[in-house]
Amino acid sequence: MSNVTWVRRRRAIGRFWADFRTHRAGVAGLVILAVAVVLALLAPLFIDSSVTNVVSGTGAKMAPPSLDDPLGTDESGRSVLLMIWWGSRTSLLIGFLAALLSMVIGTVLGIAAGHFRGWIGAVILRVTDWFLVLPSLVTALVLAAILGGSTATIIVAIGVTSWPSTARLIRAQTLAVEARPYIERSLALGAGHWHITTRHVLPNVAPLLLASTTLEVASAIVTESTLAFLGVSANKTSWGTMLRGSYDWGAATAGAWWYILVPGLCIVTVVMAFTLCGRALETVLNPRLRTRAHA
Amino acid sequence: MTTAVEELEQTPVRHGLLRYAATKAGGALLSIAMVIVATFFLFRLLPGDPVRALAQGRNMTPEQLDLERARLGLDKSIPEQFLHFVGQTLRFDLGVSYEYKRPVLDLIGERIGSTLLLTGTALVVAVSLGLWQGARAGWKPGSKFDKVSTAISLVLWSVPTFWLGLLLLMVFAAGIGPIPGIFPTRGSSSVDKPDGFAGVLDVAQHMVLPCLTLVAVVYAQYLLVMRSSVIDEVGQDYITTARAKGLRDDDIRRKHAVPNALLPTVTLVFMRIGFVVGGAVTVEAIFSWPGLGQLFYEAIRVPDFTLMQGTFLLITVSVILMNTLADVVYHLLDPRVRSA
Repeated sequence: MSNVTWVRRRRAIGRFWADFRTHRAGVAGLVILAVAVVLALLAPLFIDSSVTNVVSGTGAKMAPPSLDDPLGTDESGRSVLLMIWWGSRTSLLIGFLAALLSMVIGTVLGIAAGHFRGWIGAVILRVTDWFLVLPSLVTALVLAAILGGSTATIIVAIGVTSWPSTARLIRAQTLAVEARPYIERSLALGAGHWHITTRHVLPNVAPLLLASTTLEVASAIVTESTLAFLGVSANKTSWGTMLRGSYDWGAATAGAWWYILVPGLCIVTVVMAFTLCGRALETVLNPRLRTRAHA
Repeated sequence: MTTAVEELEQTPVRHGLLRYAATKAGGALLSIAMVIVATFFLFRLLPGDPVRALAQGRNMTPEQLDLERARLGLDKSIPEQFLHFVGQTLRFDLGVSYEYKRPVLDLIGERIGSTLLLTGTALVVAVSLGLWQGARAGWKPGSKFDKVSTAISLVLWSVPTFWLGLLLLMVFAAGIGPIPGIFPTRGSSSVDKPDGFAGVLDVAQHMVLPCLTLVAVVYAQYLLVMRSSVIDEVGQDYITTARAKGLRDDDIRRKHAVPNALLPTVTLVFMRIGFVVGGAVTVEAIFSWPGLGQLFYEAIRVPDFTLMQGTFLLITVSVILMNTLADVVYHLLDPRVRSA
């Protein structure tokens, strides 16, 4: 790639970062996310999966926060703090991978639906609309229940039910990009489907994709915790399975507030951070929203 | 003379609407057919043998397993099974539940009333509250009211439905610290449910917490949608005209901006009915509300595949029908779409 392109791209990224920095909420979200991800990645250096082992709990059962267990213990005497830390790995991993899967399906089908006019586009659009109407949580529950709970299944169940809105967004953007004169020029020079979609359409939809992936991770984390709470989960400790445990052991009626409050607050904080980040990205990257925000 | 003119103007409109409704109905039928086909393959071809799942924890000989397979028609070829399934479904025969040993349709019939009561009430509250607050927030973007409303909806948007339910359960049903538990933790009525008006009150008391949870989660969306469509209207010329005429600010908002902003919002409310259904399943599971959502949840937990399949079919088909209805009603109400 030529030097000029690189200079131009670096400048564009610099401009983008300067814009993003003006959104205080977005920056706050980004910082929270960075902290959460670093903590999750560093966890194996300090603890291992034994903190989630039922028989290895050392504290008293359902004990309130104390010096030994700063966030209290659960029904088997395991430390809630350590389980939260270890469980963040599952919650974040499933969130990221499910969002990624949903984005890949949504982008491929969205570009195809916008690029190929005629019956191929029509069929893809029809299927997208069908998926869009299906109640996604109910469908994900059925998928996960049939496929059996494993990390991969949960990721597939979330990814397969959440792509349609991305596909609609990408399709609209593809139609807009392909209406521009340089596509016509490219066609005249003999460009094929592959060249047009990967060299012209994809780079143009990429910024929007980044913003919507960020928002998608947020909703994937919520869906994962809901699936886990409703009983279809990977049998690995995540924030959702901890809340399931708290419900099964009657933490609400026993007044064990720490067992309910802490995992839930973790979910809300991370999800809010992703949402704030995604909204800031959307404002920075979407020219239509930008003009409105300044007006 | 006037009647002739009216006729001239109306005839093509009526035809247009009929044709539009027919197209939409055709689309809905296609979607429903797709649901039936997808359900069949989902429940037959994916890994996991229903008979094996059924036999879980029970001592069954291979012969008994084969007998069970024959009873469920699983020994036939896939095309045969498919035709059988389609025929049954079209006759509203959803099979017999493994768990309850009763027809799925009967089970659904018993539960559907509770679900309609709960989601209906929650929807009415959420829609009126969300639209009212969204309209006020969008009318003056950046005002204190707007900032507070947006912040509230952003937080509620990030809160998982089930966790909000757990919190309410902990605070208002179990009671925490000085707060006594004032609402029941589960069910839709007391065991010794009184008759008459006292019985209605009893059900209402049981419904407060589930309804509140459902409202909180859905209303945030309505608020945001209404807010942005009012913001879209604020910049329009007719608003400036109304101001120039010297109308009061409140009148412009209520009589000019809101009716115009309402149409796209109400459609979106119906379009996202699938989200409400997901919320209802979660809420019913937490509060043991004896509705369709809880039936579906039990089917998932057992797992009872016939029951799961039946409830899944019913839920998806109703959501598709609601969406189609919203499309047609929107077309009927919005003169801009109608004349096009």
